[in-house]
Amino acid sequence: MGPLIPLGQISSGWDFIIALIIGIAFGFILEASGFSSSRNITGVFYGYNFVVLRFFFTAVIVAMIGLEYFDYMGWIDLNMIYILPTYLSPMIVGAIIMGVGFIIGGFCPGTSYTAIAIGKLDAIVFTLGLFLGIFIFSEIFPYIEDFYYSGNMGNITISEVLGISNKLFTFIFVIIAVIAFYVTWLIEKKVRKTINPYKFE
Amino acid sequence: MDSITKEKHIPKYINPYFGGVLLGILILFTFYITGRGLGASGAIKSAVVTTVDKVAPTHTESHTFYSKFISRDNSPMSSWLVFESIGVLLGGLLSGALFGRIKKLRVEHSPKITKKTRLIAAAIGGILFGFGSQFGRGCTSGAALSGTASSSFGGLIVMLFLFGTGYAVAYFFRKLWI
Repeated sequence: MGPLIPLGQISSGWDFIIALIIGIAFGFILEASGFSSSRNITGVFYGYNFVVLRFFFTAVIVAMIGLEYFDYMGWIDLNMIYILPTYLSPMIVGAIIMGVGFIIGGFCPGTSYTAIAIGKLDAIVFTLGLFLGIFIFSEIFPYIEDFYYSGNMGNITISEVLGISNKLFTFIFVIIAVIAFYVTWLIEKKVRKTINPYKFE
Repeated sequence: MDSITKEKHIPKYINPYFGGVLLGILILFTFYITGRGLGASGAIKSAVVTTVDKVAPTHTESHTFYSKFISRDNSPMSSWLVFESIGVLLGGLLSGALFGRIKKLRVEHSPKITKKTRLIAAAIGGILFGFGSQFGRGCTSGAALSGTASSSFGGLIVMLFLFGTGYAVAYFFRKLWI
């Protein structure tokens, strides 16, 4: 029964080796899917390339259904899974700042690592920016601490907020994703007729 | 441009749906093994905390943010996310090598802007993303992707507002990309 490390099925001494292996798989999948290119990523915001949406939604759906299935089969104790806590207002503000950073910078942290791996100077600069941004945040933290801890809702799940079961939410999410896959495919076809094909580097 | 010349410009990436299935399975197994999801910005935070702690240990000790991540037994660098992020770099190298995409240092940018503009934009974008990731309790990987996959309400919020903001402001920065 999982999760294996929290339940002591695997000794925590394996933690960092497992982390490295999982990271390698993550980096490989990101790079192979084309996320070492910022212009490939930002296509999702201009309608000429929706790979980010296809990739991201498919991954969430597979993981969500997989967790439900593992739970159903009794292979995993979902109560032992880490649920990211919700601090509503700071998370909204943080996501908005990240959204602007995403459009200007063209990467998110994980994708910038894989872009560094294949020799993108802009990704190195982006990552140095991340370092600086987190440093600035840390330094001014005493002044923004109250806001940082505001809106604490605890480790709350989506289904608890919406008042529906996890299974129903997963189902709704799948439907939304499939509609999004179809609609963005139509948009992409249209936009590509009016836009010059761009060169990946 | 006809479709043949177009083809030349499209590198060999795997199908995004196939990539998504692979990533979904990876997230599932990460939860199954470790009980937590993936992440990326956390490694940079560890690097920041470590650096500041080396330069000014008394500053970090009394500081309400840094002190949360410092213990006298372990360096903040010996964290799960640091090892995972080193793995991400290695995995990127592996895939880049396999598909022939590793080349000399270069800057990818829209023909409408200069290299310099792209680098300045990358720096500003990085600073904003790093800053925002702390309020967001994670970035695209940790909060939006793994958070939503594990049904965290906050994860879903970060995903919606991160991409929503991207669409809302995309028009103003279109010259950077198209």
